[in-house]
Amino acid sequence: MKLLAVPEADRRLIPASGIKGPVPLLIAIMTFVMVVVAAAGLALGNTASVVKSGVENRYSIQIADGSAKASVAVAAARAAPGVARVEQVPPAELRRTLKRWLGPSGAEADLPLPVIVDVDLAPGADAATVAGRIERSVPGARFVAHRTSLAPLLEALQGLTMLAFGLVLLIALASSAAVILAARGALDTHRSTIEVMHGIGATDDQVATLFLRQIAIDSLIGGIAGAAMAGLILAAVLGGASFATSLAGSPPLGWEDAAILALLPLAVTLLATLVARGALLRALRDRL
Amino acid sequence: MLGRGEGSVRLAGTIVEFDRVGLRYGTGGEVLRDLDFRLSEGGFYFLTGPSGAGKTSLLKLLYLAQRPTRGRMSLFGDELDHAPRDALPGYRRRIGVVFQDFRLIRHLSAFDNVALPLRIAGRAESEVEGPVREMLAWVGLADRASARPPTLSGGEQQRVAIARAVIAGPDLVIADEPTGNVDAAMAQRILHLLTAMNRLGTTVVVATHDLGLIAATPGAQLIRLENGALVDPTGALRHPPGAAPRAGGRST
Repeated sequence: MKLLAVPEADRRLIPASGIKGPVPLLIAIMTFVMVVVAAAGLALGNTASVVKSGVENRYSIQIADGSAKASVAVAAARAAPGVARVEQVPPAELRRTLKRWLGPSGAEADLPLPVIVDVDLAPGADAATVAGRIERSVPGARFVAHRTSLAPLLEALQGLTMLAFGLVLLIALASSAAVILAARGALDTHRSTIEVMHGIGATDDQVATLFLRQIAIDSLIGGIAGAAMAGLILAAVLGGASFATSLAGSPPLGWEDAAILALLPLAVTLLATLVARGALLRALRDRL
Repeated sequence: MLGRGEGSVRLAGTIVEFDRVGLRYGTGGEVLRDLDFRLSEGGFYFLTGPSGAGKTSLLKLLYLAQRPTRGRMSLFGDELDHAPRDALPGYRRRIGVVFQDFRLIRHLSAFDNVALPLRIAGRAESEVEGPVREMLAWVGLADRASARPPTLSGGEQQRVAIARAVIAGPDLVIADEPTGNVDAAMAQRILHLLTAMNRLGTTVVVATHDLGLIAATPGAQLIRLENGALVDPTGALRHPPGAAPRAGGRST
């Protein structure tokens, strides 16, 4: 905030461009894209977390060769320590599922069906012990963690989340490059003023501070405008996103996520100011 | 503070010391060579020589806009030819410069132009107003304080430039052709301002072609350059007498 407290007399040295210059517009566009991409990344991350926690303690007993062993498997599972819930998937439901995958032939009565029993373990239960009990009771039965089946989906969600955050960094880099160009342009525009100031004994910090104030203000204006526009669009999109809510079991973005997104314009302003300061001091150092 | 080179002994009362200083721009030939002289504190000096002799280059060395490419240069007792860049602003604040083209900041008022050295030096705004008004009155521009340079005449701009150069009470004032753009009466007035500063103890170096100006300043000493070299047949500039030459004092 010290930047914004530059004395009025010093402000007159570098006439303000106001919000007419290219920096606010550039920062607004960059912040808009950044907030949208960051929101997508956070939503994907949240969905992955919800899916992962939903299947954390969920397992299936799979028996490929017939239903005769189903009751034995269910009994063995119920007797095992740490088992919270045991429920066999009804054959009719399995047939419906097969029909969706295989078409009408999936519903034929002579198609052998596997036995699938859903098992939920209590938190902290030892899955290996339960698996051992079941496999000893029903040779050939497999005790499979749901997270193993969903691993490709979770990996894809996590990959997309990382991609989104990578894009946010890339946009931040592009914003930095734009600010560096703007800072150098400002130095060129005010070259004669800077020469006079240096000649009178101004330090590089004193000169840079005059420009940084304007860059910080422009970045803040652009950042807030871009984030506000992104917020409106996200509210419209996520407001009707009942599908996403039903898929994940909760809204894709929480209050913490909204707070992170709201802080992005400030982060962009801080980044722009730091980058501009570095660029200005480097450029000024080239002069005596 | 910067140290001085080994074996170098600063003479009492010396404000500028050049020791075989040379200057070249880029890969061109030397525009200044083997400059060897000392300026005394509180002295008044005229820098003369034909066009292209290197006067402006020498002034640039003096007001630290250039570094010598060889030799040693001391200012205020400190060797500055290899001084770190960060150290230079502190020395520049002790030097007031009147540029030939004034170099006023066009979008600032005369008041703000004159106040600039004080503000850069970190003076509180309450300590700026009074001295600047007083200085503007001293150069006869009290009623033009809010005027911007493009609306001022050449002579008025010249006086604003002089006021800016001396407002912070520098130890050394350097003026490049300060009377080049004004009529004879104004030239006389500017000379009076500079000699008044000199009487208050400021060392003054004025580059000029104006022989009338030199003649009107008894006691001033001449530094003559020809083809980038110092013309000093008596050695007076290498070994100045103990007492500094004061304008209005003894004749050269």
